[in-house]
Order: sequence, then structure tokens, then C-alpha cells
Amino acid sequence: MEVPILRQGQYLIASIQSALTDADLSHLREALIAQVGRSRCRGVIVDVTALDVMDSFAVRTLRDIAHMARLRGAETVIVGIQPDVAFAMVQLGLTLKGVATVLDLEEGLAFLTRRTEERLVETKPRRPSGRG
Amino acid sequence: MDTKKSMSVSTRTSDPQALSESSAGLLRELVAHLRQNRTQLREEWARRITRAELLTAMTEEEIFAEATAVYDNYVEALETGTFEALQAYSRRLSERIIPRGVETDEVVGIVLLLRDVLARSLFTKYQDNVEKLNRILDSYEPAANRIANTVAVGFVEERERIIRQQQEAIRELSTPVLQVRERLLILPIIGVIDPQRARQLTEQLLRAIRANRAKVVVIDVTGVAAMDSGVANHLVQTVEASRLLGATVIVTGLSPEIAQTLVTIGVDLSEMATVGDLQGGIEEAERLLADRAAPTTQVREIAPESTR
Repeated sequence: MEVPILRQGQYLIASIQSALTDADLSHLREALIAQVGRSRCRGVIVDVTALDVMDSFAVRTLRDIAHMARLRGAETVIVGIQPDVAFAMVQLGLTLKGVATVLDLEEGLAFLTRRTEERLVETKPRRPSGRG
Repeated sequence: MDTKKSMSVSTRTSDPQALSESSAGLLRELVAHLRQNRTQLREEWARRITRAELLTAMTEEEIFAEATAVYDNYVEALETGTFEALQAYSRRLSERIIPRGVETDEVVGIVLLLRDVLARSLFTKYQDNVEKLNRILDSYEPAANRIANTVAVGFVEERERIIRQQQEAIRELSTPVLQVRERLLILPIIGVIDPQRARQLTEQLLRAIRANRAKVVVIDVTGVAAMDSGVANHLVQTVEASRLLGATVIVTGLSPEIAQTLVTIGVDLSEMATVGDLQGGIEEAERLLADRAAPTTQVREIAPESTR
């Protein structure tokens, strides 16, 4: 099953609608990483609300997406992990270390907005001093 | 007694068809007898219940009313050989009388009393015909025992159901997830944490995080006297799982003893944010919540400047 990748402003949103095979996951990873560069995105949101199971391959793929997207200049955030899924994941030791996770799509957008603006804040103060 | 038993066994083996027919006939006769003497036997039974000081929590009228209902159900179960109606009745009866403090021995006691009363009346009726009395008892006893069993088991099952319900309620009470302000939850843990409780605690917290859209959770363990590596690992898992739902966890109130134990047994809590007491934890949480909101407002102030 193909995962639709939507563009929303500076962000890409991949909303997983049903259980994915390993091949689907790999395909999603490639498609996302390719599109991050093509559309000059600052953020990627992967919505997993519909998933009620997450295996080690899925978790690894999500982590890979986050790390690869960062290399291509975009922040990744995973949204909508179900409580039961979260519980099962920690019991299996799949904790998505180093990857941002938030409650839902709305929070994800807020998170990315904050992140990109933080970058602007970091870079902005230098400009006046550069001029002066 | 032995000879009687062997006699009945021998007739059963010699002609089971005839015996089952006659035992059905005997049961009919028995039921007719019990119906006929309903008033008198019922009164006798109620009298013996009062004399044995059973069901002291109930008034005499109540005892008599229940006795009537039990008696009728009893006779019906004897007649039809089906126990569903009696089962349903005993369940309803248990529901009524358990809250009033009726004990198991009382329920078993009254059913056995009824069995005695009925057996006694059978003895009186057939005292001149011992052979027939024996055959009547042969068909009466198994049914009566099964009835006594059904009622007692029904009572105990109802009790167990109530106990399970209460355990569930206590467990729910023992893990209150409180919302202090928007996006901030507090989970005070009191008492012993066993694996089952730890699991339930985590599940409830995760659900509450989702329901309240919490950003920060303060878990206060001031009320936890001791912690072993298992519990500590559960705590770490809770923190990790909460993070997957986008909430930061702050653990507060680790007692000096627990701190020493955890370091001694080498549990790695470096991933966990810990603050000394609950007050400090809430302050830290509010700081985190303010931080999250702050950059946006900062940028909004800066943005017009840059466009100028």
C-alpha cells in the first residue's frame, strides 16, 4: 500500500493509513527522503495514528527516516503513537531514541514551527551585528 | 446401610430401564408430597432457621418471604431436574443479601436445613414402608445435594464477583492521574508497586496523557517506601513510553534510601529527569511548559522588526 505524502507549507506529512509491509516501509523511506530535497522542506511529519502494531523494522525505518531527513536539512517528528503501541514498544526495547515524538498531528505542526523558528532566532541576532 | 446400598446397586444393574422409570415416578410422588405440604414445611423450615440463629441480619418476614421463594424454586428444580432457574434465583438472592452481611455458612446452613426438614417429613410419611422410603431417598438425595451445591456455589460466585469488582475499584483508586493545569499531569504513587500495578499504572498514565493532551507529567514517589531494580525499570519504561506520546516525565520524591539502593544496585536513571520534591517538580514542569510557549512569542516580537 502506498503511503500518501502531502505537502503543507514547509512540511511534508506522511500519513500511514494501514499496516505496512517491510517493502512498503522501505518505499516510504526512499520517497520521503527524495522529496525532502526536491521540495526544500524544513520538516517531516510521520503520522502513525492508524497503526496498532509496530515491529522492530517499522521502528528502525522511522528512526532512519528521522536521521536521513536531518542530513537533508529537515526535522522529523513522529506523531500519534497509540498508548498501547507505546507500551509494547518500550517493553520490546524499541524506544526511538533521538527521534522527536509528539501526541498528534496538531502538536507535530506546532513542534516543527517552534523548531524552525528557533533556528531563525538563533541566526537572526547575528544579522544586525554583521551590518554594524 | 451397606446392605441397602448394595440392594439398590443390584437393582440398578439388573434393570436400569425399570429403575429409571420408577425413580421418575418416585420423584413425581415426592414433588406432589412437597407441594401438598408446602405451607407446613415452609413454616417448619423458617422456624428452624430462626432457632439456629441464621440470617440474623434479616427480619422474620423477610426470612419467610425468601424461604417461600427458595422452597418453590427448590421443588421446581426437583421436578424438572433443571437448575437454571434456581441458579438465577440464587444469584439474585445473593445480590440482595450479601450487602446485608449474610455469611457463606448461613446460606449453606439454611439450604442444608431445608434438606433436613424435607428428609424428616419423608421419614414421617414413609415410616411404615422402609423399602419405599429408601427408594424415595435414592431419588431425592442426589437432586437435593445438587440443589444445595447450586445455591452455595451461586452465593460464593456472587461474592467473588463482588470481591473482584472491589479489587478493580481499589486498583483504579490507587493510581489517580490528576490534571493540575492544562497540559500538566500529576501521578502520586503510594504504597507497594508490584509488576501488575506498575503495568496498570503505565497504561493509565498513557491513556491520561492522550486524553488530556499532556505535555509534562510529574510522577511523585514520596509514598513509595522501597524500590527494587524491577520497579525502577518499570519507571524507566513509563518515562520512555510517555516520551513516545510526546510528554516529558519528571520524577520527584525519591527518598534517600531509594536513591542509595538504586545507585548501589546500579540502575541507570540518567535518562530520567528527577527533582527533589513535588513542589520543585511542579515548578520545573511549569518552567518546561513556559519554555515551549516562549520561542513562538519571541519570534513574533522579532518578526516585525526584521520586516522593517
